[in-house]
Amino acid sequence: MGLLNALPGAVAQGMIWGIMAIGVYLTFKILDLADLTVDGSMVTGMAVCAMLMVAGWNVWAAMLVAFVAGMAAGLITGLFHTAMGIPAILAGILTQLILWSLNLKIMGKANQALPARTFDVLVTQLHKYESLIILAVFCIVLVAVLYWFFGTKFGVALRATGSNEKMARAQGINTSRNKVIGFVLSNGVVALSGALLAQYSGKADINDGRGAIVIGLAAVIIGEVLVSRISSNFAVRLFGVILGGVIYYIVYQVVIFLGLDTDLLKMLSAVVVAIFLAVPHIKQTYFSKPVKRKKEVS
Amino acid sequence: MLELKNITKIFNAGTVNEKVALDGLSLTLNDGDFVTVIGGNGAGKSTLLNVVSGTHYVDEGTISIDGVDVTKLPEYKRASYIGRVFQDPMMGTAADMWIEENMSLAMDRGKKKGLSWAIKKSDREIYKQMLSKLGLGLENRLSTKVGLLSGGQRQAVTLLMASMNHPKLFLLDEHTAALDPKTAAKVLEITEQIVEEEKLTTLMITHNMKDALRLGNRIIMMHEGKIIFDASGEEKQKLTVKDLLAKFEQASAGEFASDRMLLV
Repeated sequence: MGLLNALPGAVAQGMIWGIMAIGVYLTFKILDLADLTVDGSMVTGMAVCAMLMVAGWNVWAAMLVAFVAGMAAGLITGLFHTAMGIPAILAGILTQLILWSLNLKIMGKANQALPARTFDVLVTQLHKYESLIILAVFCIVLVAVLYWFFGTKFGVALRATGSNEKMARAQGINTSRNKVIGFVLSNGVVALSGALLAQYSGKADINDGRGAIVIGLAAVIIGEVLVSRISSNFAVRLFGVILGGVIYYIVYQVVIFLGLDTDLLKMLSAVVVAIFLAVPHIKQTYFSKPVKRKKEVS
Repeated sequence: MLELKNITKIFNAGTVNEKVALDGLSLTLNDGDFVTVIGGNGAGKSTLLNVVSGTHYVDEGTISIDGVDVTKLPEYKRASYIGRVFQDPMMGTAADMWIEENMSLAMDRGKKKGLSWAIKKSDREIYKQMLSKLGLGLENRLSTKVGLLSGGQRQAVTLLMASMNHPKLFLLDEHTAALDPKTAAKVLEITEQIVEEEKLTTLMITHNMKDALRLGNRIIMMHEGKIIFDASGEEKQKLTVKDLLAKFEQASAGEFASDRMLLV
């Protein structure tokens, strides 16, 4: 019974993390770059939204600024990577560290309460069912916008940048600029999910983003496994990612319900992600017949 | 159409691995020229194509295409003038994307990419028509991921893409070398067809001297970053593989000819 009661909450929270995972999808799958900025930009979204609402801002305005703040974080990582030639992973780690300090400065302390009883929030764990509907609408709109975007000339060029950079440049695509735009978009979405999470959980905490990238990857991978055989349609894939986030959170709740030490959860998530990331490699290395590879000649 | 003046390109300058890839090279291509480029390994053939396309900037000299100085223009900006096919069939197309999406990118090569829908119905008809010319049955597979095609099919699609929008320059970098003989012949046939139909100014690197002699109206031989032989028109038509080998031996003066060079 306890588990069933926890289900709507798990689904709602899962959708929020699913939105976050869409941000991860944009860099990890579309740009083919791992961006660790998200651990920081998630909290930036939470902090900005919480502080602005505490200062009396309207929830939509606060979320918009959170979105922009996330995009700014992505811009830093993007410029680190393209203009300064820092490897993407390191660029993300550096920005993440910068954001740790900035997030503390934004909040002025390690956490900020945002009680739903006092503030006019969009989603809250106090009203799980209403929140569920609002989040579902949110997800649909987000997927629709991204579906449209990646079907435009610019969006197709962005996908080509991640798929084959050399080819993209040969087709006249400014790949450096596109990568920056990818980082910006991704972290904007991540910060937006942070803003939703702060409202939902009624607080923003400097530690909330820790390991966000792993949860995001887990959701992306679960989503991939779920829908890749059904359809290669982009919108379906994005919904798969959100579904991945939801499933991740349901499993999370079940594990807690079964009485597992919650200290171990992050380790478990990381191990699961590691296994899934390793599967293609292991398949190729140990379970496939040797294939003659053409030697690359430059 | 293309004018290279005193181009020098040195890799790893000032180190023990210093390599002079292009050494004061000058070359002018006229409108409609189809030039085949031959030479041993390390002669600078690929570097030549790479400095023209902007993959590498030159250390010295100037490059202009159709009267426009592109020496300092980044690769992606030069793309509006250039259609390129690489040696590696995987290189010219985006594997995760559909055939029609790949083609739409080529259709907009060098144009500003705004927020209008990438592929319209009318575009699909154009793509279908173009693909049907290849005779590979790809016209009915517009929404197939390019990664599922064979190397030869991918190279054929790349050729088609590179020729879209009538590029001022058509650069082919040993584009059949990684294919099996039968597929290579087919891709070469398509190449001839496209170059002839579109009257493209073409620079084609090849290791196959017979192809180099058979195709095009001009042939250049490179050695150590320089053009050591340049023949066109009737002079080219009279050339034989033997002549080329003799030229090459003369140039390398006692050095061993690369074994690939001998594979004729």
